[in-house]
Amino acid sequence: MAALSTVLVLGVLSFVVVQSSGWERVRATYFDWADAKAAFPDVARAFWLNIRLFLVAELFILIVGVAVAIVRVIPSPALAPIKLVAVLYADIFRGTPTLLIVLLVGFGVPALNLAGAPTSLFWLGVIALTLSYGAYVAEVVRAGILSIHPTQWASGRALGLSYGQTMRHVVLPQAIRRVAPPLLNDFVSLQKDTALLSTIGLVESLRAAQVIAGREFIFTPYVVSAAFFIAATIPLARFTDYLTVRSLRRENGI
Amino acid sequence: MLRADGVRKSFGENEVLKGIDLHIEQGEVVCLIGASGSGKSTLLRCLNLLEQVDDGDIWLDEREITDPRVDVDEVRRSIGIVFQAYNLFPHLDVLDNITLGPVKVLGRKRAEVRERALELLRRVGLEDRAGAFPDALSGGQQQRVALVRAMVMQPDVLLLDEITSALDPLLVGEVLDVIRDLRADGMTIVMATHEMSFAREVADRIVFMVDGQVEESGPPEQVFGSPQSPRTAEFLARHRG
Repeated sequence: MAALSTVLVLGVLSFVVVQSSGWERVRATYFDWADAKAAFPDVARAFWLNIRLFLVAELFILIVGVAVAIVRVIPSPALAPIKLVAVLYADIFRGTPTLLIVLLVGFGVPALNLAGAPTSLFWLGVIALTLSYGAYVAEVVRAGILSIHPTQWASGRALGLSYGQTMRHVVLPQAIRRVAPPLLNDFVSLQKDTALLSTIGLVESLRAAQVIAGREFIFTPYVVSAAFFIAATIPLARFTDYLTVRSLRRENGI
Repeated sequence: MLRADGVRKSFGENEVLKGIDLHIEQGEVVCLIGASGSGKSTLLRCLNLLEQVDDGDIWLDEREITDPRVDVDEVRRSIGIVFQAYNLFPHLDVLDNITLGPVKVLGRKRAEVRERALELLRRVGLEDRAGAFPDALSGGQQQRVALVRAMVMQPDVLLLDEITSALDPLLVGEVLDVIRDLRADGMTIVMATHEMSFAREVADRIVFMVDGQVEESGPPEQVFGSPQSPRTAEFLARHRG
């Protein structure tokens, strides 16, 4: 029944699209097989940059996210100024569109002419993405930490573990496991947002497609680029499912 | 060896401990009995500094552990506690639950602690569950693991907070057996319990608490046999059913 209705709905939809008067032109501009093959090598090479940006930014985002989350949950009055900075950071960078952060960092930081400030577009891009996504991830991790029952803290401390050791060995591992699905969801989104770095001049996959599109007056390279992004996010999504199932299984003793 | 002098503790407006004096001798088994809300759990949590006392002080041997300059983590190494709800670490298997303390707190070698942990698991009849995760164990098994987790730290004194209260009646016996065993080894134990017959059997001393105060204290024959206070008599009459 499900299969039948799926086939029916998709069939009707594609019939409507293919029968439309503009379909021939759309097909030639967006879905031309020869154009796709021609664009493939350039877009593929550029997508490798997206992957590198993603992997490096992901690492820094995790570090920033966990650090900010911990600062926000530590119950120490002495840390009040740092806590305030952490709250401001999360509020400001979660509230600002990622594209604006990319533009501000990408063009603003080099304009400062600071000695030692990075001038490589790659690192400026990583910094911009880290600032933006670090704020999201910090909130996700913080929610995870707060969701761990206080008796787990009591158990850890009762053994003689310090606050930091209890956080590191007892609370954080459970918290990260619990928020792994929303965390990986953020990373799927991060993979796509590496395309925003085309605006500061990084020739990643979207920009590579744009170059060909502008030269040949075709849009097929965009579709090729989109296919790369989809191909990269699907494994991550399946991996999220796998992790969720695995931790459920393990902790339920199956 | 463990001594509370005039310990007071309030949560907001509610004063839970109203000046408790309690002296525990080396090797003694003391059972705290009393109605729910009489302050038994809070007293135990104060004794290993999970709660900060408002007034009074607590001494471990010759040292005042309620002194703010004392390193609480160091004190807690020598005072073990087991909770009603087991509180095992769900992300670690049985063996890792047990070895975490000795490895991270005492800085012992993992391999060496592993041997000791397996030996203790054998003693409580759980050596074949060393690789299991807590959620795969029954309540009684989890509580026995929690006891081993506390014992492996080789504490000077063990605090047991109603550790059979959350268990299926059929599983209570296996946990009580472990306590009998510990007593035979000469472990100093302070336990809050509702198991009157068990308290009568293992305790050197019974402490009956009412409203955050010690109402009566003495050897089990005396407290159970000829209670001095009418409130004790009334409580025991109700609990014998």
